[in-house]
Amino acid sequence: MTEIGLGHYLTLGAVIFSIGIIGIFLNRKNIIVILMSIELILLAVNINLVAFSIFLGDLAGQVFTLFILTVAAAEAAIGLAIIVVYYRNSGTIRVEEIDKLKG
Amino acid sequence: MEISILFLPLIASIISGFFGRYIGDRNSEIITSVFVSISAFLSIFVLYQVIVNQYEENIVIATWINSGSLNVNWSMLIDPLSAVMLVVVTSVSSLVHIYSIGYMSHDPHKPRFMAYLSLFTFAMLMLVTSDNFIQLFFGWEGVGLCSYFLIGFWFKKESANAAAIKAFVVNRVGDFGFALGIFLIFYLFGTVNYSEVFQQIPTVIDKNLSFLGFEIKAIDLICLFLFIGAMGKSAQILLHTWLPDAMEGPTPVSALIHAATMVTAGVFLVVRCSPIYEYSPLILNLITIVGMTTAFFAATVALVQTDIKKIIAYSTCSQLGYMFFAAGVGAYNVAMFHLFTHAFFKALLFLGSGSVIHAFKDEQDINNMGGVWKKLPYTYALMIIGTLALTGFPFLSGFYSKDAIIEFAYLKGNTTGYYAAGIGIFTAFLTSIYSWRLIFKTFHGNYNNKKVSIKETHESPLIMLIPLVILSIGAIFAGFLFKDLFVGHGGENHFWAESIKFLEPLSLEHPPTWFLLMTPCLVLLSIPIAYYLFVKNKELPNQIANMNKPLYKFLINKWYFDELYEVIFINPSKKLGLFFWKFCDGKLIDGFGPDGISSFIKKCSIKANKFQSGFIYQYAFVMLLGFSALLTFLIVK
Repeated sequence: MTEIGLGHYLTLGAVIFSIGIIGIFLNRKNIIVILMSIELILLAVNINLVAFSIFLGDLAGQVFTLFILTVAAAEAAIGLAIIVVYYRNSGTIRVEEIDKLKG
Repeated sequence: MEISILFLPLIASIISGFFGRYIGDRNSEIITSVFVSISAFLSIFVLYQVIVNQYEENIVIATWINSGSLNVNWSMLIDPLSAVMLVVVTSVSSLVHIYSIGYMSHDPHKPRFMAYLSLFTFAMLMLVTSDNFIQLFFGWEGVGLCSYFLIGFWFKKESANAAAIKAFVVNRVGDFGFALGIFLIFYLFGTVNYSEVFQQIPTVIDKNLSFLGFEIKAIDLICLFLFIGAMGKSAQILLHTWLPDAMEGPTPVSALIHAATMVTAGVFLVVRCSPIYEYSPLILNLITIVGMTTAFFAATVALVQTDIKKIIAYSTCSQLGYMFFAAGVGAYNVAMFHLFTHAFFKALLFLGSGSVIHAFKDEQDINNMGGVWKKLPYTYALMIIGTLALTGFPFLSGFYSKDAIIEFAYLKGNTTGYYAAGIGIFTAFLTSIYSWRLIFKTFHGNYNNKKVSIKETHESPLIMLIPLVILSIGAIFAGFLFKDLFVGHGGENHFWAESIKFLEPLSLEHPPTWFLLMTPCLVLLSIPIAYYLFVKNKELPNQIANMNKPLYKFLINKWYFDELYEVIFINPSKKLGLFFWKFCDGKLIDGFGPDGISSFIKKCSIKANKFQSGFIYQYAFVMLLGFSALLTFLIVK
């Protein structure tokens, strides 16, 4: 068994981050998936922060993580609320059909 | 007084042109006619002063251009030459004004017509009284413009518009030469005033200029350019094609502009510039040749034409040729004499033919006339007088002037002179034949018109006949009365004073008697010949025509000049125009310019438009890309 070091955590963070990004623009189905992808990106950042915090012995990173989690929860709530309202108004939350941002 | 001669026609024109609709047709006719008539009487008085008191003056009306060394005055030069022209222009013009009241009585645009006529008179007066080349050019273009207006007066007629444009364009060719001549004069002498230019002429006699790669004497070049201008205006061969077409205009216009006054402006120019031409024997010979060719050419064409006005138009062309070859052999005064007499009898013939056309209700083809001499006794008699005067019947005006021309050509004593005299005599014979053909076909024989019955033909009203009578008096007596004054045979001629310059005095000898008798004999002889051909034995002309088909075709098509120009100039320039229009302008300039840029921008914006898809995931992706690019930039820096 190899020792699990900082590199592994960072790699995990990068992988999750990439999955989040790819999820945003490969996803053609559901707008909730985009929301989930954003959560993934935030989590990847959190993993990085926690990993560095442990590695450097600095608690500030973990404090930051807690803040981010709080903000992410709020954001998810607001995002879902927007989606619900949007669904009421236009009857769909399929990503392909949401193109009202066009001029 | 002199100034009122000049301005009365202009004022009349302005009143009739701008206020004609308020003051009514009749008033505009009266105002223009009266004003121009006053101007005519004043001109006659001025001529009288010039004859009796040797009155000469240069009245400066205003300074026109004063720029550096170019000083041009708007002035009125009264000397024998311009006084004669004043009388010719204003008297014929006033008679034509009066005649028009009758002739245009059925026309809805009378004030406009009268305004154009008066404006023309003003421009022509500007031309003849100028004391410099620029004002001359102004008048020159002014008469050209009025001629354009008047030829195209019946603007609803397609052919009239075409003829007007043709006259204008052909005249541009001549005017281009004329303008070059003026430029050259200014270049050489630094001034455009006659007196200063003429004074300096002897200083440039030996000067050479290189033109189009040829070394040519400066003075020859000036003369050539001025003569090209004169050829255009006076419808000499090569630039004559507009004159017959100009007959599309109303007949009074043909009488005034295309017979008596405007077309003689070219002759006037050559005579006015006699101090220059005298030093250029080369161009004088050219003028002789062009003049005599025109005289002969036009006479042959007139033989076969069937339109009454076109016959007289070609006759005008031919007589202008006579004037030019008189000037070419150095007899400028004789050229002026012929111009003077010609104005009367040609205006008479034109107005007479107008009277005939009026009687036949706008019929112009002489094949559709005939046998009406009893119905139109006055017109008939007056036309006969005009014809006799034109053909040079002894003791009428044409006799004196035309014979003097032929005489002086003979006395010139060189090859061109003899040649010109020979052609002149032969042309005089042809002139006589075609003129009598016109008379016989119009007034004698059987009545041939199917549209108008003979009972409907009527003599013209008095207002049309009175000008004819006055002109016929001129046609009969002008030659006899003014012969001594203008030509002064057998003695010194003091009348012209400084206005015409002769390097060598004209020969005082007389040609042999047989030579003098030849022209009148031929003219007398031609009357019975014409009578036999066109009244007695009508089949003979047709047979002659059938026997010489190619020649007849050649003549009836006017020596194929129009067709030739069609091929040489019109078609290529049309093609060139199309090329520039369709290819250069349409494809190149528009293609790369406005159209090209706009379509390029349109394409770009359509492309750019695609970026704005409205899909969130794409926007998010772009944001991400931008963010990471910024980040990378910051880290790398």
